[in-house]
Amino acid sequence: SLNGKYKVQRHGLFVLCTSGDSVKVYSTRTEEWLHSLQGHTNQVTGIALNPANHLQVYSCSADGTVKLWDFIDGILIKTFIIGYPLFAIYVSEKHEGIVFLHIGFQLVAVHLPKSAEQEVEAKELSAVSSHISPNPSCTAFGREGQYIAFARNLQLNVYFFRKQKTYSFSLKATDKKGAKNAFTCIACHPTDDCIATGHEDGKIRLWRNFIHKKEYTYSTQHWHHNAVNTLCFTPEGTNLLSGGIESVLVQWQYGTGNRKEFLPRLGGSILHVSASSDGQLFCTSHSDNKITVIESSFKVCGVIQGLVKDAVLTDLMIDPRSKALVLNGKPGHLQFYSLLRDKHLYNLDIVQQEYIYEAGLDQFEVVKAAFDIKGYWLATVEERGQKSSDLEFFLKLWSYDERTQSFVLNTTITAAHTDRIISMCFSSSEETTMLVTIAEDGQFKAWCQGVDADTQQDQNFWSCDFVGSYHNLKPTNCSFSADSSLLAVSFQEVITIWSPDTWELLTTLCQPPGVIRDLCFGRLSCSKYLISTTTRNLLCCWNLLTCALEWSTSVEVSKLQSDPLSENVAAFSYQSKHTDLFVFKPNEPRPLFTHKNVCSEKIHRAVFVPREEPLNNCDESSQWLNRSQLYFLTQNMLVIDDSVAVTPFYLLLGKHRQQQQKLNTPSHQAADRPQQPQGSVTITELLHTPAHVLPPASVLCSMFVSSLLISNTGEMESSEQEMNSEKEEEDSEGEMEACDSQQELRAQGSVDEVTPKLSKAQERELKRVRKTDFSWMAGLIDSKP
Amino acid sequence: MCLFCVPMPYIRCVVWIMSVWMWKSPEVLLYCRCSEGREPVFISDMASFKPTKVQFLPKLGEKVTEDTLYWKNYKSPVQIKEFGAVTKIDFSPLAPHNYAVTASTRIHVYGLHSQEPIRSFTRFRDTAYGGSFRGDGKLLVAGSEEGLIRLFDISGRVALRQFTGHSKAVHVTSFLSDGFRVVSGSDDLTFRVWDVPSAVELSSITEHTDYIRALAPSKLNPDLFVTGSYDHTVKVFDMRSGSSVMTMQHGHPVECVLLYPSEALLVSTGGRYVKIWDLLKGGQELVSLKNHHKTVTCACLSSVGNKLLTGSLDRHVKVYNSSYKVVHNFDCDASILSMAVAPDDEVVAVGMTNGVLSVRHRKHKKDKETLTSRRRRGPSYRVFVKGKNFVPRQDDFLVSKPVKQYLRKYDKQLKSFEVSKALDTALQTWTRTSKPEVTVAVIIELNRRGTLKNALAGRNEESLTKILNFLLKHIFDPRFSRPLLTVGDIVLDLYRQVLHQSPVVERQLQRLMEVLGREAELQQELLQVLGILDTLFASLTPRKEVAALAALPVDQGPQLQAA
Repeated sequence: SLNGKYKVQRHGLFVLCTSGDSVKVYSTRTEEWLHSLQGHTNQVTGIALNPANHLQVYSCSADGTVKLWDFIDGILIKTFIIGYPLFAIYVSEKHEGIVFLHIGFQLVAVHLPKSAEQEVEAKELSAVSSHISPNPSCTAFGREGQYIAFARNLQLNVYFFRKQKTYSFSLKATDKKGAKNAFTCIACHPTDDCIATGHEDGKIRLWRNFIHKKEYTYSTQHWHHNAVNTLCFTPEGTNLLSGGIESVLVQWQYGTGNRKEFLPRLGGSILHVSASSDGQLFCTSHSDNKITVIESSFKVCGVIQGLVKDAVLTDLMIDPRSKALVLNGKPGHLQFYSLLRDKHLYNLDIVQQEYIYEAGLDQFEVVKAAFDIKGYWLATVEERGQKSSDLEFFLKLWSYDERTQSFVLNTTITAAHTDRIISMCFSSSEETTMLVTIAEDGQFKAWCQGVDADTQQDQNFWSCDFVGSYHNLKPTNCSFSADSSLLAVSFQEVITIWSPDTWELLTTLCQPPGVIRDLCFGRLSCSKYLISTTTRNLLCCWNLLTCALEWSTSVEVSKLQSDPLSENVAAFSYQSKHTDLFVFKPNEPRPLFTHKNVCSEKIHRAVFVPREEPLNNCDESSQWLNRSQLYFLTQNMLVIDDSVAVTPFYLLLGKHRQQQQKLNTPSHQAADRPQQPQGSVTITELLHTPAHVLPPASVLCSMFVSSLLISNTGEMESSEQEMNSEKEEEDSEGEMEACDSQQELRAQGSVDEVTPKLSKAQERELKRVRKTDFSWMAGLIDSKP
Repeated sequence: MCLFCVPMPYIRCVVWIMSVWMWKSPEVLLYCRCSEGREPVFISDMASFKPTKVQFLPKLGEKVTEDTLYWKNYKSPVQIKEFGAVTKIDFSPLAPHNYAVTASTRIHVYGLHSQEPIRSFTRFRDTAYGGSFRGDGKLLVAGSEEGLIRLFDISGRVALRQFTGHSKAVHVTSFLSDGFRVVSGSDDLTFRVWDVPSAVELSSITEHTDYIRALAPSKLNPDLFVTGSYDHTVKVFDMRSGSSVMTMQHGHPVECVLLYPSEALLVSTGGRYVKIWDLLKGGQELVSLKNHHKTVTCACLSSVGNKLLTGSLDRHVKVYNSSYKVVHNFDCDASILSMAVAPDDEVVAVGMTNGVLSVRHRKHKKDKETLTSRRRRGPSYRVFVKGKNFVPRQDDFLVSKPVKQYLRKYDKQLKSFEVSKALDTALQTWTRTSKPEVTVAVIIELNRRGTLKNALAGRNEESLTKILNFLLKHIFDPRFSRPLLTVGDIVLDLYRQVLHQSPVVERQLQRLMEVLGREAELQQELLQVLGILDTLFASLTPRKEVAALAALPVDQGPQLQAA
């Protein structure tokens, strides 16, 4: 997935952008991803074109290195080790061999040593300023590199290299009109002594005559109504580009006062703007993971769109037709994202209203969506007013139009329920499509495509077919059985089973205490089972033929997901700050597969993605993945930011991990998607060291596997085989999982399932055991028969 | 080959427009379509303004069905004044389907499109009744108040035969389907069968105990006919046995009986009820319809699809569909006594107590065409297709003009964030009165943008009066009440200090308060009714025990509509 952090382009041919721990190179003409520059072991924080050679680019990363790349061929030329986490990089033509880096709160000039070696340690550091803003766009080089301007809070500083002096200009915090004057970004005119600064209240100030400290002047221009996020002068200095949360790119003509041009509705809020060196193209990066390429005539000529993951409110879904992942996209849209090709397909406009880019405005957002089994119908719920008391929501039904190859709005239901819709599901039968919605008003409603007896013509609008409730309890979840002959609706602690044909309440199932959280029917051979999870750490499996509890186990399940193509059910359990994954079949309480410590956050959404061609994997532990892959999504980015007791480094790392929110479980082909670094530090190191630096895979393999194993040696062989088959180091999770599967399987109905924590001493002992040579055992085994 | 597709083999180009390395620009139309998804996101449609969505709210009331459309397709009625109450209308089975109208002492025969009678039979000394044609349309028989039955040749004036024998008024007469016999029902409780050639009475049967006012001969069997009487019974007679073979209790004095063409179903009307009987099941009652609120006097069948029509003293003609639901309703000026539908439903003729015969003709497409051809023709076809049927050749560059987006005035103002002006536009007199949903849509949009307060602020007395008038008119409309209540709140908040300065505004607020008070009372009453209904429904639903588990049967309950 793409992360437009910052980009520079050259002669309008390529766009470079940082994405996690790599730099991605895109073509501006085809909008295709060409390759990525990989090698950093932590988040890349800044890139800058080498002023001496326009085919090279510097990148700096939080791992404390600056790397020089040939970005056309994607070759790493040099690595300079600085040793401190770096936050931004600035270069200038005048200062050859020097890069300016943002370390901690300091701006440091670093002389890059000229040495033939691949990896050099740069030791010559000299501080330029010790107080600079953590925002990288608050620093910029002035005309011909004569001075560098940096702003922090309310102070603008200009450091003149010749005079070796810093001039400071400060503004008042607020003025009479209530303006907020804090600096948000800075840009310097390329040929003129002029600094443009953006401010929190949307003003842009143009500073002049600052060479004489006392006689400086500035002029103010105001168009943006929120903070100016980015400023950029075109290479000739004729225009100034600015962008902010409004998602409008504004072009100010330099020197003509207030003449400006607008390019509205570009997408999410604009984070960065940059111009190509010949001034022919601009590009903007947006908060919704998008890069827009704009011609100098102010027309959009290309869009590079990644997976939008602002706030995922809907479930993860698979469009049965295109097999694309469907989730919230742009505000008010659903995005269709092809996982096979790792490419954004399209956005479907659900809300169909003009989105106002304004901070804190409560607007309609898609909160629920569901597909029917053939992908012919799509149901969506959009909601507004979550924060205030007056909730507005619409239930919309979309039908697939073969001719236009897209979904067309069929029915809008304005007052589907009197309160918020909690969940909805389509019946899974092929003949009749029925939608069931449950809401906080204690009712569930069944919606059908109404066929009115009066009208002979087919009326294909949806109308309410049945309203049901159970003792005025609040429903929590609903699910159709595999053949749609049964509907299960859970009301607090009770599961009610209904017949959708007659709308008769067939039976109720109850296993207190604990409110039902998830419900799912077994598939295929296990279709007689119903699995439910409760808030009180209980996973129950009901046999619907006997209406009795088949088995239950005490496990805290945060998400239950069943595979539509097999009997398997995946359960994510969140306990003591880490999530475990169990895969089981409903007919037996023993898990097929266990993966401890999948990640450290709670998992909210998960989905099984059917494979194009089923794998023929004989390995028992990964057989469940033969027909589909499991994708899951952890909590939103916000949660991490809220956590208090974290070091800045962890914050960065946490964010970095968040950017790779989407995880991929074992053995997937798409190598371009960064993997979640898991497990020990050594693994991370191993995985992020460039391949050419490492010893051959055959040597590495056994070492690597043994570093992961805890259990006895008997099963080592199988995992080694798998290891060999997957030669790439990048595919970490296949191996990881193999070893996890060797951890003991869950016992039937066992209550306490937490694996005993190993003490330090035990760990050491284990390591020692691991290192001992077991080759003598092989001899024993061979000699035995 | 379009660039969009070059690196992606899965996209198949529909039209090859460009050479390989042509830059993709929004100017150039790309005819690409993903093989699995849909067309790639076009850049041009990304940056367009989405106009305000005016909610389409369905109208409450009758649904438009094919039947309603069919029955609505009649011209406005032609009124013909007769000398007295029109008691019987009968269409000739032969083309050109003239019809005989029995009113007062005359029988007039009208052509389908004539407003003057083409023939009239006036030789009655007293009121004539029940003029009906023979199957070949050449003979007409009619009873009269004095008890005489006359038989006319359709081309002559003088009665061919006179059947005497009834002692009281004969209200119903009809030919049997062989055409040689006439059956008549009289107020002397008898009905008699007469032989036409010899003018003798063949038989006389007295089975009814009250006046006979309804008669329907079978068209398939010349010996069968159905009679209805004021003694609440409907009887089926077989002349071969000489007595009734079937008796059905209608429960009310029977005004009219009618046989379906298949003769399996029998319709009888009487009192407020229309009952359908299944003759093949031995006269079992199929349905009992109660759609009129006065006596149903006549019934007939349409010839297309055999739809039932009933007319009543309550001045309505109702049309039923095949499942006996009312699909259409004709309103008349007076109580209806008789009714007939011409073959092919060309004409619906209705006779009323005030002596007016109202004739509705069916509209035809031909009429419409002549109507439209008279209209002034617009710009020629060529103007609209100019350049549109141009087919590009293979190597042509297609440069499309950017499609101009036409926006409404308020949308233009919303686009440039001129909120007050947008509200003013939406409150213009024409929009406000004829399209209140547009005004409300703009208000909702402003509210969504969080700028409703700004838009309402700073208004003078005149524009404030406009807003308050709008509120007064629509605040109790369930479709609009929610956003309009917000508007009311904001107006009160904004102008609380200055309200007393304007007596006009003050008066309007007073009225608003009254209106809201009344509405609140109404809502309360409705809720009470709903409560009553709920208890009724709950007591009606049978209680079921569900598999030994305590589960109350779920009553569906009356669903309160958005109102």
